[in-house]
Amino acid sequence: MNADLSVTLGSLTLPNPLIAASGCFGYGLEYEQVVDLSMLGGVVSKGLFMKERQGHPPPRIVETPAGMINAIGLQGIGVHRFVKEKLPLLNKAGARTFVNVCGTTLDEYVEVCKVLSQAEGVAAIELNISCPNIKEGGIQFGCSLNGTYDVVSAVKKATHLPVIPKLTPNVTDVASFARAAEDAGADAVSLVNTFLAMAIDVETRRPKITNVMGGLSGPAIRPIAVRMVWECYQLVKIPIIGMGGITDARDAIEFMLAGATAVQIGTQNFVDPFVWPKVLDGLKNYMTRHNVAKISDLIGSFDPTPPKPVHA
Amino acid sequence: MANVRLSRDYSVLSLAAPEVGRRTAPGQFVMVKPAGVTDPLLRRPFSVFEVLRDAAGAVTGVSILNKRAGRSTNKLYELEPGDVVSCLGPLGVPFKPVAAPTEAWMVAGGVGLAPFATLAESLSRSKTPTTLFYGARTADELFYLDFFEKLGIKLVLTTEDGGRGVKGRVTGPLEAALKNAGPSGAMVYACGPEPMLEAVAKLAARYNQPCQVSVERVMGCGLGGCYSCVVPVKHGDEHANLVRSCISGPVFDGAELVWE
Repeated sequence: MNADLSVTLGSLTLPNPLIAASGCFGYGLEYEQVVDLSMLGGVVSKGLFMKERQGHPPPRIVETPAGMINAIGLQGIGVHRFVKEKLPLLNKAGARTFVNVCGTTLDEYVEVCKVLSQAEGVAAIELNISCPNIKEGGIQFGCSLNGTYDVVSAVKKATHLPVIPKLTPNVTDVASFARAAEDAGADAVSLVNTFLAMAIDVETRRPKITNVMGGLSGPAIRPIAVRMVWECYQLVKIPIIGMGGITDARDAIEFMLAGATAVQIGTQNFVDPFVWPKVLDGLKNYMTRHNVAKISDLIGSFDPTPPKPVHA
Repeated sequence: MANVRLSRDYSVLSLAAPEVGRRTAPGQFVMVKPAGVTDPLLRRPFSVFEVLRDAAGAVTGVSILNKRAGRSTNKLYELEPGDVVSCLGPLGVPFKPVAAPTEAWMVAGGVGLAPFATLAESLSRSKTPTTLFYGARTADELFYLDFFEKLGIKLVLTTEDGGRGVKGRVTGPLEAALKNAGPSGAMVYACGPEPMLEAVAKLAARYNQPCQVSVERVMGCGLGGCYSCVVPVKHGDEHANLVRSCISGPVFDGAELVWE
């Protein structure tokens, strides 16, 4: 059987549902030596503002049980340098490039998206309204239903590219934010960004990272992220890109069953940069075992019938 | 392959990784963790300590000098032959070599000895006159002295308690040597705790000798993906930029680093 792994996000069709998550894959090119970028469904760039940013002073990450907390602070080269220096090389490598767009104001989101609309080879815009680590990083949009609606509508008016807001889990009801994004015309939503967290060195009584608080990612957050994708899937019709602690094909399929059309892999790139072909093979293997011709048939096919009691 | 405990805190972990060994240049590092576990989740960076060879001279792997400092290094200390570790590398920018008549002065503090075994071999092959300034807390934390002596490396030892060599910090004898540097000068190589690196880089600058330092930072991926391991670097009059020590380092020109 020739497995059909393609998935559709609005006007965008990807050869498979696996996308490299923003902030965990540099600008993609860093990983060219270990993975063929054209093999991935897509690559999401690091978050980009109009201008370059230095980010927070180190230490910026700390490992926690089955996860890590980061507060990089959106260090980045700015959208103009990205378009000039990175995008042509990503195109040459055959990558489908999603650009993660940040802004300190609504105008900045719009301006960055306008720059990208004129560039050659941007597949979609992922709107970063969810970075927990900087006060002016769009979280003020991502934590307010009106803010989410306003920024998505403004950006939609400014670009022909698919617009995919990335939602924060640090709200009471993430599905209502997915709905606000859908109402504003978003082509898809991606979730979740990291969970606001902190870790203390008990010997010194000091924070383990300079920024004190940061975003928790990795396998530790996966069950919460799956739950949130399922909640959103029941409320909105636009496609969902699911993420949170995916390490292998089983994890990816779990998100798809919960309603994700595509998935992003983030922290696992640090654990195993050779993860991509393994997950792709795992997806094909699952499709064969379960007699699934099209991977898109899995989307939301979760069966909420209670499990049979198991005697261990 | 082996895990030789040198003391209660230090061990030399030998890894059967011939390809890594063949490709390693002095100063490069590997990312290591016990395989197949989520604790630790991420690998930790280690300078390649030795490139291991069999009796016929064929490269069989690499070793790392491990000092217990936390959960991950504790677990590596406990590993036994046959346990599997996950090792990514070699990574990063190596030391730039130097040749006679310029001398090579390697300055090591504690576990900062790690990158100098392979550098010493390389300098010895090129017949570069080489000195190792090596400081530790106590005499029983000075390791591999025979190894360096056999390569013809001159040793200048310091201990904080005066148990062996000069009492005090390694920067004392280094400054004395810098004051008397010959006309051909010396390339200073440094690896160790950050305050030591700062002191060495500033001393080298004061006495107009070039200096390369190998920095250590909390690192997530080792490939430039996560932006965790940045250090402030300044070229000329530019403002300092935070650059990734995994791909732009770990070896930097001591004069370009900005000390906080």
